Amino acid sequence: MSGAPADWTHGHEAILYQSCGSCRSVQYFRREFCAACGSAELTESRASGQGTVYATSLVCRAATAETRAHVPYNIVLVDATEGFRMMAHGAADLAIGDRVSARFMPFAGRLVPYFEKVK
Amino acid sequence: MSYITGVGLTSFGKHEGSSSLGLMSKAAALAIADAGLKRADVDGILCGYSTVAPHIMLATVFAEHFGIRPSYAHAVQVGGATGLAMTMLAHHLVDAGVVRHVLVVSGENRLTGQSRDASIMALAQVGHPDYEVPLGPTIPAYYGLVASRYMHEYGLTQEDLAEFAVLMRAHALDHPGAQFNEPITVVDVMASKPVALPLKLLDCCPVSDGGAAFVVSREPTGSAQVRVRGCAQAHTHQHVTAMPRLSELGAEISIAKARKAAGVAISDARYAAVYDSFTITLAMLLEDLGLAKRGEAAAQVRAGHFGRDGDMPLNTHGGLLSYGHCGVGGAMAHLIETQLQMTGRAGKRQVRDASLALLHGDGGVLSSHVSMFLERVR
Repeated sequence: MSGAPADWTHGHEAILYQSCGSCRSVQYFRREFCAACGSAELTESRASGQGTVYATSLVCRAATAETRAHVPYNIVLVDATEGFRMMAHGAADLAIGDRVSARFMPFAGRLVPYFEKVK
Repeated sequence: MSYITGVGLTSFGKHEGSSSLGLMSKAAALAIADAGLKRADVDGILCGYSTVAPHIMLATVFAEHFGIRPSYAHAVQVGGATGLAMTMLAHHLVDAGVVRHVLVVSGENRLTGQSRDASIMALAQVGHPDYEVPLGPTIPAYYGLVASRYMHEYGLTQEDLAEFAVLMRAHALDHPGAQFNEPITVVDVMASKPVALPLKLLDCCPVSDGGAAFVVSREPTGSAQVRVRGCAQAHTHQHVTAMPRLSELGAEISIAKARKAAGVAISDARYAAVYDSFTITLAMLLEDLGLAKRGEAAAQVRAGHFGRDGDMPLNTHGGLLSYGHCGVGGAMAHLIETQLQMTGRAGKRQVRDASLALLHGDGGVLSSHVSMFLERVR
């Protein structure tokens, strides 16, 4: 668990999550321990990028010059099939309950997960 | 026992040339005078934070500036729940005999002291620094996400949400200190600029300059006898990504505990002061608190239930949505208006009966909750 995660938060085209070997909980925000039971027995895995839309909000008013260049952009919460929830970008036509799949897009000088409807 | 013995509130809006300390001092002086006290009587200080002028020891900075030497002082930070969290702490401090008079104070020149972009950016930092903030969300987007889900689960529409903005504006029209004094309609809200859909400009509270203060005392200092009957908190998460399901939010937990602490039922309350950073916040909290049935708060607004002459007058000063939002002082204005109502001093906004009031504050993204009952003692 040491070192920077090789995921989108560090410029890699991947979504990572942690599973607890003790209580089987999964968590998305990376920690040195399981937030449910405190165990340090964690395994880091790469998520499939598949999930279901939980919530959406189309940002039309951004606060920085960098993000303003992208408006409007859709912020979404996605329930990953692996059992964790994450925030990401999504296509403008997404609705709650849609089955979605992730790819990666440049945004404000970084790479961010971008979900689109599964055909 | 603890009593809200004095209150002080500046107008909200633009205070050109003001500072956070200046607005805090103005409100503090008003509150101390209202309590019939001298500044030397104040032996405790609790203050909020200032995003414009952050300091690691704001309470002592203020105490020195204001000219008092308290025996207890520190700042409190729980976002929008800070005002009621400070009140709860002040209640316990005086009840435990640690101090006699706690000055609870906050103020910020958030509107004229920094750019609106800077305000929006500072507030967006309540998001997760690695997993949320890089995606460019804003506070309205966090609440926009919650709104989309709540609307999906309970069938609320954007027109329903607009009703709350219209109600708060109608109330603000009768308060000379309110930031906004033009009436609005549901059509106006619907036509206002999109910010973070489903939330539009008029679904969002403004950024304001302003100051608010009150004194919490062990005994009444005058004829105004408003006491804290019971209060409680709940904290379920910080980030919207980690928010529990809508049926398990902190407001339901904190109100259940506060009801027990106060020994009252929701139906006993005669006045409500509920955090309203966005229309969705108010709609959800009213329903989470049990002040309206699930999915029915908007219909209750339309029926006049939450109006000044209704069965449950709500935020009669106009709330954050229309009185304004200067940070911690924003939600303190809810308590100040409540105390004025309970002591019969609300002028043309006066309601018939405010003998028992329910107050609720929310910080973060429905993350931190404080529920409180205030009671007028005869």
